[in-house]
Amino acid sequence: MARELLKGNVAFAEAAIRAGCEAYFGYPITPQTELLEHMSRRMIELDRVFLQAESELAAINMVYGAAVAGARAMTSSSSPGISLMQEGFSYIAASEVPAVIIDIMRGGPGLGNIQPSQGDYNQMTKSAGHGDFRPIVLAPATVQEAIDLTVLAFDLADKYRTLVFVIADGAIGQMMEPAELPPMRELTRERPSWALTGAKDREKNLISSLHLGAVELEALNIKLQEKLQHIERSNETRYDAQEVEDAELILVAFGTAARVAQTAVQRMRAEGLRVGLFRPITLWPYPRQALANLTAQAKGFLVVEMNAGQMLYDVREIVGAQIPVEFYGRMGGTIPMPDEVETAAREMLQKIASKTTAREGSNGHVS
Amino acid sequence: MVTLAKEFNEQLVYERPESLADVHTHYCPGCTHGTAHRLVAEVLDELGIREDTILVASVGCSVFSYRYFEVDACEAAHGRAPAMATGVKRVHPDKIVFTYQGDGDLASIGAGEILHAATRGEKITAIFVNNAIYGMTGGQMAPTTLIGQKTNSSPFGRDVELAGYPMRMAELLAMLGGTVYSVRRSLHDARHILQAKKAIKIAFEAQMMGLGFSIVELLSSCPTNWRMTPQEAVNWVRDAMLPYYPLGDYKVAEALQTKSGRGRP
Amino acid sequence: MASGRIVIDIERCKGCELCLEACPKDVIALAEHLNAKGYRPVILLDPEHECTGCALCATVCPDGCITVYRDLPQPATARVREAA
Repeated sequence: MARELLKGNVAFAEAAIRAGCEAYFGYPITPQTELLEHMSRRMIELDRVFLQAESELAAINMVYGAAVAGARAMTSSSSPGISLMQEGFSYIAASEVPAVIIDIMRGGPGLGNIQPSQGDYNQMTKSAGHGDFRPIVLAPATVQEAIDLTVLAFDLADKYRTLVFVIADGAIGQMMEPAELPPMRELTRERPSWALTGAKDREKNLISSLHLGAVELEALNIKLQEKLQHIERSNETRYDAQEVEDAELILVAFGTAARVAQTAVQRMRAEGLRVGLFRPITLWPYPRQALANLTAQAKGFLVVEMNAGQMLYDVREIVGAQIPVEFYGRMGGTIPMPDEVETAAREMLQKIASKTTAREGSNGHVS
Repeated sequence: MVTLAKEFNEQLVYERPESLADVHTHYCPGCTHGTAHRLVAEVLDELGIREDTILVASVGCSVFSYRYFEVDACEAAHGRAPAMATGVKRVHPDKIVFTYQGDGDLASIGAGEILHAATRGEKITAIFVNNAIYGMTGGQMAPTTLIGQKTNSSPFGRDVELAGYPMRMAELLAMLGGTVYSVRRSLHDARHILQAKKAIKIAFEAQMMGLGFSIVELLSSCPTNWRMTPQEAVNWVRDAMLPYYPLGDYKVAEALQTKSGRGRP
Repeated sequence: MASGRIVIDIERCKGCELCLEACPKDVIALAEHLNAKGYRPVILLDPEHECTGCALCATVCPDGCITVYRDLPQPATARVREAA
């Protein structure tokens, strides 16, 4: 298929359609509304299920309904709407039905603004709402990755019967880039045996997240934790590493922050400075081993995010206490510019050289 | 059973419906949830739709309703059954999807969801059990609690200045374009129970005909939280609830008119 | 005069007495004993065969405990035989 100029939100939507999304329920919220609008036209054209729900809360519960009925179902939202959906995430996770959620992140907390941010990292990677669970989290940095990872999301959701989140800051949703869409997959209408389809010639199926007895509920939790461990062991991590082989300082970033960091890295490399970029693509399962391997030669890490420092703590935990991990970030929907990142990186290189780095996680500064 | 009848030259007048699971329910003695379950099961049997029916259970005393029906079922979050049912029905338009909800689930936390399912004309059926109190959590005020009624969270009696007025859902939902059948019946005595059954049947038929959203509000008792005996409780439904919640047909689509002649209170 | 009988699932019965109140012939009563759940179930107490099989009890029973039978009317051939 040919490359075409695509808007991120439209690419997410069309990729989902090509991947076999049968049911989409959503609600308008900036900066992802174009995704809903694209679905509203295309899903109807293709005689699939589309509904603009009365709220994000209703939307995620509709996704839950479609999922228990055995359909490939999805929704999308932005940070405040995602908070509303957390109830549904927890129920879906506990029920072990597949679902795909797209979060186009905006400045928060609260109503915040409509500018791009990465402020939902903790919310999306650490849990799927209340209780012990976490989803698979994929983080594209380009419109092409948005397409590829959305298709992957449906496959992973079905494979592991779990929630898969695809998260991107608002810039990726809004930007236009050349990208290639996959061919249309044929919809398989065959329902899994656990799905609710009417108890004809079989025992009735029940899908519920209610288990009143502690013994019963602990058993479910053990099963869910084992599933997560299985996913971690199953080689599903993805990442991109640039110029890290001989790097003294490695920048760690995802999404748009990584693209900004990449420019800074390229500029500094042009001057012969030994810097590199490590970009996780799966935020859970995190490419821990790949990052840990870099501690062999790196003398410092600089985490760059569009938040107050969230992935920072995961990186620190993986890298360990012996090597300094510092932070540069902007909040409130602000995108850092390559100049700022470069300044922060150079300062850290100097500190590495003079071995005077100290640990701090502050915003907009390196110390 | 049939063999017995022939032997003694008898006919079977009534037995438990097949769609009702052969388990003992957790409902309190005299709780009309049981009656409502029985009526729905009888209707599923009579319409022959058990194998095509999917229940979206809700949160309240009826949280385990999925144990009591021989149908595929799922458990929705509190209030969200109409949204979940929307997801199920839109994926399986040829199946019969119903929600079974209490007054907290449908009229309080789920008010938005039921309104929108109705206005969209979702082809689902809602069985709404209104007993003017929150049973499962121990007897707190509900949106349908009567003025002056004492509950655990309105110990001095429901005060309109503080808590506003009870909600009449059958009337409210009847006003929405997508609603094709919205009626209120009662379960307080045999005559009304039989009328309620007819209404439930019409509600499911409305879905089978693909007409739109149908709901039957059933005035019900809660002996335990009302602190009454079962008979006193159904008497209270008749004497205190009926005046505020009049029985009637608030919306009956034309296609259902001939059917709805039966069972009007 | 129609005659009927009911069969009560006494282990399912919760002794709520709605059937007792609904019965127009007063042939339902609470048993003396307790069932396995600790309720006094109801029983049919009908020495005079007054139960008509009206099924009002089964209609009001929240637990579907009651099965109702009604006698079929005598066949015409039997009456002819009697007359002859």
